[in-house]
Amino acid sequence: MTRYSAFRLLREGLRGHSGWGQAWRSPQPKPAYDAVIIGAGGHGLATAYYLAKNHGVTNVAVVEKGWLGGGNTGRNTTVIRSNYFYPESAALYDLSVRLYEKLSRELNYNIMFSQRGMIVTAHSEPEMEMAARQVNAMRLNGVDAEFLDRDQVRKMAPLLNFGPDMRYPIHGGVLQPRAGTGRHDAVAWGYARAADALGVDIIQNCEVLGLIVEAGRCVGVHTSQGDIRAGIVGAAVAGHSSVIAGMATRDLPITSYALQAFVSEPLKPVLDTVVLCPPFGTYISQSDKGGLVIGGGLDRIPSYGQRGNMPVQETVLAGLVEMMPALASVKLLRHWAGIVDVTPDSSPILGPSGLDGLYLNCGWGTGGFKAIPAGGYLFAHILATGQHHEISRPFDLARFETGHLIDEGAASGIAH
Amino acid sequence: MQIFPCPFCGPRNETEFHFAGELGKERPDTTQEVAAPDWATYLYAQRNEKGPVREVWMHLTCSELFVMERDSVSMEVVGSGSLREGAE
Repeated sequence: MTRYSAFRLLREGLRGHSGWGQAWRSPQPKPAYDAVIIGAGGHGLATAYYLAKNHGVTNVAVVEKGWLGGGNTGRNTTVIRSNYFYPESAALYDLSVRLYEKLSRELNYNIMFSQRGMIVTAHSEPEMEMAARQVNAMRLNGVDAEFLDRDQVRKMAPLLNFGPDMRYPIHGGVLQPRAGTGRHDAVAWGYARAADALGVDIIQNCEVLGLIVEAGRCVGVHTSQGDIRAGIVGAAVAGHSSVIAGMATRDLPITSYALQAFVSEPLKPVLDTVVLCPPFGTYISQSDKGGLVIGGGLDRIPSYGQRGNMPVQETVLAGLVEMMPALASVKLLRHWAGIVDVTPDSSPILGPSGLDGLYLNCGWGTGGFKAIPAGGYLFAHILATGQHHEISRPFDLARFETGHLIDEGAASGIAH
Repeated sequence: MQIFPCPFCGPRNETEFHFAGELGKERPDTTQEVAAPDWATYLYAQRNEKGPVREVWMHLTCSELFVMERDSVSMEVVGSGSLREGAE
């Protein structure tokens, strides 16, 4: 692996960038591995990396039906945060933020994590009370949070509508200073390069067509590139988790929906934080390239088609215009959708699938990107030891039978 | 904008409709003891199929529940009918 550094950049600059080499190999699949991970998105690649690095399991394949990082990892709005309500969620998502904080150095790959803060606005006195409750809950869970009044929000995000005609006037908000944005593709590429360097085979254009089940145990996968046997199989396939579970004749508590996102033409810097206005269901940040990255709620039609519908586009963009009227005439550059795996409690599923030998990392719904390092870290622990990590245990599939749901949909007011 | 067919009102804007659930879920018989896994299956498990699906939808403006057949990849709607017919 070519180590990236300022010196290396200078050297390559002087020789016409001819010596960089490939960031990862494109190997043919071997007949068998200790572990096979389905899905080379952020979670799958991070799992492979931590399996190799933390647990010494390097005989690992990551199989991907398309190209790596081409699913939701390349389709999200790049926001990283841990502003959740319940202790279980705070432990999970803050582990992720802490891993993100040192990830560029660890992977020797600049993931451009910019901790520019995220504001969730409050638009009435009762909402201010809920905001104070949120701040207190986050602080009790050891997560940074600040309670902002109207003037403080205005100082941080003057682009917001503070005029007398605002449909839902801003009273204040919750700030998580350590939240921010990261370069989503770089997260996939960084993990891929680091995992590959540790001996992991990343096999692209290799679709899983079925599971090899012997004596009630999953012992490998049938793929478009032939059968691959595995000591253990882990699926990290987001919106397609029900498809993999279907191969094991199991139904998951998951519904797949399209989640849309938008990016505008590049502008001069106008917004140096992330802002979510819950009553409009719209959130926005500005990328380093200058594009405004805009997201909103789910399409309310179960879907596997990676494109969005018109009514939700209208809602999100109308919300944006109300939030920040100055942006009304900005042109959109692109718009797209990813298929997200939504659970009844808006919390992920980590752990055994119910079929021996097959494990699940899914159910992240609309918030998978921010959780990539933690999802990979914990899933690697589960695959390597066969046991839950203390942080992953509450997110076991069994919670739907025991009733111990972690309902962040209600608690943190997840907009979608 | 997609047009969905309400079996009672005819073709209408998709925003008038609400997804209610997958077709064919049967509530456990509560005159008997119901095991936790059975409740979990009834309450939470989804087939979440990729491709042709049969679902229960509500047309909000007439408040009628009905069955819609569509494709979850192409989003094409094949048809719709009353729940009574759909359940047969």
